[in-house]
Amino acid sequence: MPLVLLLAAPVACTGTISDMPIDIDIARVAGLARIALTDDELAEYAAQLENILDHAERVQALPTEGVEPTSHPLPMVNAFRPDVVTGSLGRDEALAGAPEAEDGYFRVPRILDES
Amino acid sequence: MTEWEAVIGLETHVELQTNSKMFCGCPVDFGDDPNTSVCPVCLALPGALPVPNEDAIEGILSIGDALNCTLTEHSLFYRKNYFYPDLPKNYQISQYTFPLCVDGRLEVDVDGEATTVGITRVHMEEDTGKSTHVGEGGRIHGADHTLLDFNRAGVPLVEVVTEPDIRSPEQARAYGMELQRIVRALGVSDARLEEGSMRFDANISVRPAGTEVLGTRTEVKNVNSLRSMQRAIAFEIERQIEVLESSGSIHQETRHWDEAAGVTRPGRTKEESEDYRYFQDPDLLPLQIDEAWRDRVVERRPELPAAKRARYRALGADQRTAELLVDAGDLAALYEGAVERGANARTVGIWLTGEVVRYLRSAGTDVGDTGLTAESLAELASMTDAGELSATAAKDVLAAVLAGEGAPRAVAEDRDLLQISDRSAIETEVAAVLDQHPEALERIRDGDTKPIGFLVGQVMRATGGKADPRMVQELIRGEANG
Repeated sequence: MPLVLLLAAPVACTGTISDMPIDIDIARVAGLARIALTDDELAEYAAQLENILDHAERVQALPTEGVEPTSHPLPMVNAFRPDVVTGSLGRDEALAGAPEAEDGYFRVPRILDES
Repeated sequence: MTEWEAVIGLETHVELQTNSKMFCGCPVDFGDDPNTSVCPVCLALPGALPVPNEDAIEGILSIGDALNCTLTEHSLFYRKNYFYPDLPKNYQISQYTFPLCVDGRLEVDVDGEATTVGITRVHMEEDTGKSTHVGEGGRIHGADHTLLDFNRAGVPLVEVVTEPDIRSPEQARAYGMELQRIVRALGVSDARLEEGSMRFDANISVRPAGTEVLGTRTEVKNVNSLRSMQRAIAFEIERQIEVLESSGSIHQETRHWDEAAGVTRPGRTKEESEDYRYFQDPDLLPLQIDEAWRDRVVERRPELPAAKRARYRALGADQRTAELLVDAGDLAALYEGAVERGANARTVGIWLTGEVVRYLRSAGTDVGDTGLTAESLAELASMTDAGELSATAAKDVLAAVLAGEGAPRAVAEDRDLLQISDRSAIETEVAAVLDQHPEALERIRDGDTKPIGFLVGQVMRATGGKADPRMVQELIRGEANG
């Protein structure tokens, strides 16, 4: 079912990172992620996200001159697999967890146009 | 009246023909029954982890190299988050900042004029599953439910994004054709639009000619041939101009090409890029393409279509012949084989793109299934060059060789098509004819050239049509002037 969030006022969390003001509309973020949150939950997550932004701000303030930028916590790159077929699930097994199936297909409710 | 200028950028998706999918060991094979080529990774079952296919990375690097891109040393996979039933993970593994290839360009010939289209980026991602809307004629609107097949989910997909450098539907089509030739020459994809292994989306806007600011763009999807891409872009340019000239405004939106109606129709409103909530995929390690790897890609680069055309042109083929030969790979192989054996490149090029193509079309066959080989082409060309076969007879022999009747010389002998190219034998015949028609010779000597044709005809008749007419004419002129 499509999720509709009805809110009296947007719940926001604010902070600054590298002197850039950050203003996060929690309800919008939750909507993008298709997560249904109550007003109380929105307020709770707003407070938690403020903490995370505070933390990010503190990290930003650290002297990092001469430190190589990293994009990943592991000191590793290039984990590949060779282009070899290793097999698949049988179709029955693949469909075993499907709430609905039909003629070997996963069956889902009709797709609503997003416009 | 405002002169309008179209500004077009293309996004092209190319499915790579690897054995296995991008991040798992499922086979890439669409002939299978639905949901038979799926596993926990491409179905997004909990705990399954993706591991990139090394050959797919090689494939995209070869495309980037062929498009004159910089191959990025440090590259990352991102998650592109959106919700659609054909996307099992609710995100697509793609690239965002740090794609594998950036800043390229492709030379595109439009009606004999060289143009350059900038390539912004070439990045690696994975394909989605296929959905079938059931009810109401297969359309999303009013469908009852949707069936999903995930055999295609996770197939390696390369996206090539151009700069907004394209100015006409013709240039867009020429770009599409050249890109298709390149990925086929690289052997990384069959690049068939009608089967969806190559797909084009066009971003189109118009602006008054001579201005710099970009107009509001629309994105046109759902073109399944290069021809329909050209038509769709032409339609959309006209539509936008009409809207603007009647004081309307263009909405940024996705529009779908309706091939039957020949129009574009609005689809969903385009999501802003931030809606996808891109973030680096924590399941995947960074990619590092070091100098040795980049060098290897360059070393393995095959001769690309543009270079091959240039080489054929240097051999004497015209632009169109060179294009036709390069596009039909099996004919190019014959051409090169015959030229290597000393055949006249121009003659062979004309035969291959003329007689041979006509024969293959009408017989509905491939050249490999005919009797034509590089050897027989070279033999035929040398016989024509030596004056042993007339141009007409050569075509007959060629048709017989294609039909598998034997080698050119044997066919020509069987059918009694060989010309007399022995000079002394023709001299004898010419002398005999001139003896019979002294008055004609006199008239030629008096400056009347008309009787030359008559005399050539007499010699041809005397030799049963087997004399080389060029040689006959040369001999008659020699006698008259001598």
